[in-house]
Amino acid sequence: MTVQAMKFASEFRDPAAARVLLAAIAAKADRIGATREKPVHIMEICGGHTHSIFRYGLDKLIHEGVEFIHGPGCPVCVLPMARVDECVEIAETPGVIFTTFGDAMRVPGHRKSLMQARSGGADIRMVYSPLDALELARRNPGREVVFFGLGFETTTPSTALSIQAAAREGLTNFSVFCNHITVPEPIKALLDDPDMMLDGFIGPGHVSMVIGIHPYDFIPRDYGKPLVVAGFEPTDLLQSVLMVLTQIAEGRAAVENQYARVVPEHGNPVSLAAIADVYERRPSFEWRGLGEIDASGLRIRAQYAAFDAEEKFGIGYAASSRNVPEIEGCACGAVMTGKMKPMQCPQFGRGCTPEMPLGALMVSSEGACAAYWQYSGARAAAE
Amino acid sequence: MCLGIPGRITAITDEARLMAMAEVSGVRREVSVACVAGGDLAALVGQWALIHVGFAMALIDEEEAAKTLQALRDLGEAQETLEQMALSQEALA
Repeated sequence: MTVQAMKFASEFRDPAAARVLLAAIAAKADRIGATREKPVHIMEICGGHTHSIFRYGLDKLIHEGVEFIHGPGCPVCVLPMARVDECVEIAETPGVIFTTFGDAMRVPGHRKSLMQARSGGADIRMVYSPLDALELARRNPGREVVFFGLGFETTTPSTALSIQAAAREGLTNFSVFCNHITVPEPIKALLDDPDMMLDGFIGPGHVSMVIGIHPYDFIPRDYGKPLVVAGFEPTDLLQSVLMVLTQIAEGRAAVENQYARVVPEHGNPVSLAAIADVYERRPSFEWRGLGEIDASGLRIRAQYAAFDAEEKFGIGYAASSRNVPEIEGCACGAVMTGKMKPMQCPQFGRGCTPEMPLGALMVSSEGACAAYWQYSGARAAAE
Repeated sequence: MCLGIPGRITAITDEARLMAMAEVSGVRREVSVACVAGGDLAALVGQWALIHVGFAMALIDEEEAAKTLQALRDLGEAQETLEQMALSQEALA
């Protein structure tokens, strides 16, 4: 065990429980013959889990036969540059107040990021909630207030409910630039990739709080892989890894719920009803690093077209020419599919740091590259 | 950015719009309770909820709230969320 990992281990609130779980994982890994040379690959889908794994050094504490593969579950990391360009274009339209979660501000576009557009004079405001964008629209009837709707199923209900509220109030100056994406479809795309070697999944906690556990049923059913929905504490993650390994050892594959204290089997009915009312699936959507994925993005239904920024501005995925190239030298795509480790990217820590990100995986604390930079000692080495 | 933060619902502020005041790590913030409202809104007062971008998404018990908040503090997510809430107040001005 490295000194760094021991330091993190000492921060566990329940180190005894963590030790018991780590020992159980080791025994199970030995039993199924997992070794450093021939590890079990477990993908944690959610960027919050990626951050937690690095924060507590779980990747170093765990048996060497268990390797974490970091999944595509960080919304800003999978945001194509073309979408950022479109945000900038909308934000620079006279009369517009462009509102966004802070996470999206530093994602690079081809011309500039939203942060740079704001420095250039565009009225771009960071908001905590789409409800605040709605309030801005009420207070500024002469301005068009656009909210950048991005994120997975945890966030989607918030924009759906805000659009429903705007419709009820008859607001005419509020719209959402919808770029919401879904979790199960990219997992299917990864499983269909012949190069991908995944043995099981740690499922997202708060996304599953909204959608429940059944949207993952196809993973054990069609691909024979286990998935365990997990909480965010280190012991939650360790217990979930143990549950995945137990399924592998017993030769079964199922969806299991380690986080049942928060995640209901069938999700949150009010949220699901709002999503279904406001949004429909796009036939296909573009993911940074992963390309086009069938049915993986949402768009606003025609009945709510008055609140659809794509319709109002004629800008967006549907109107774009596609296949806009990413920045040269950026290997985010290879990192995101597990084909390259962050530190193998020639730009890692050189042309690309959290302060001056070149690729999206360096922007967010949930991105694999930013996590490596922060917790693997790369940052300290550079400074 | 898909993580909710625990907050305690302290009052119903707008029954028709299903809005409530919540206290998140000492910061007061109006949130929607549309996703957790059963029949009796008043019954929500005093309860803990996981709050994500201004929406209470699940009711949780006090111990779960404390554990989740600690995990979010360890990750720096709690501080970030509170900063975003403060920035959002400025954005409304």
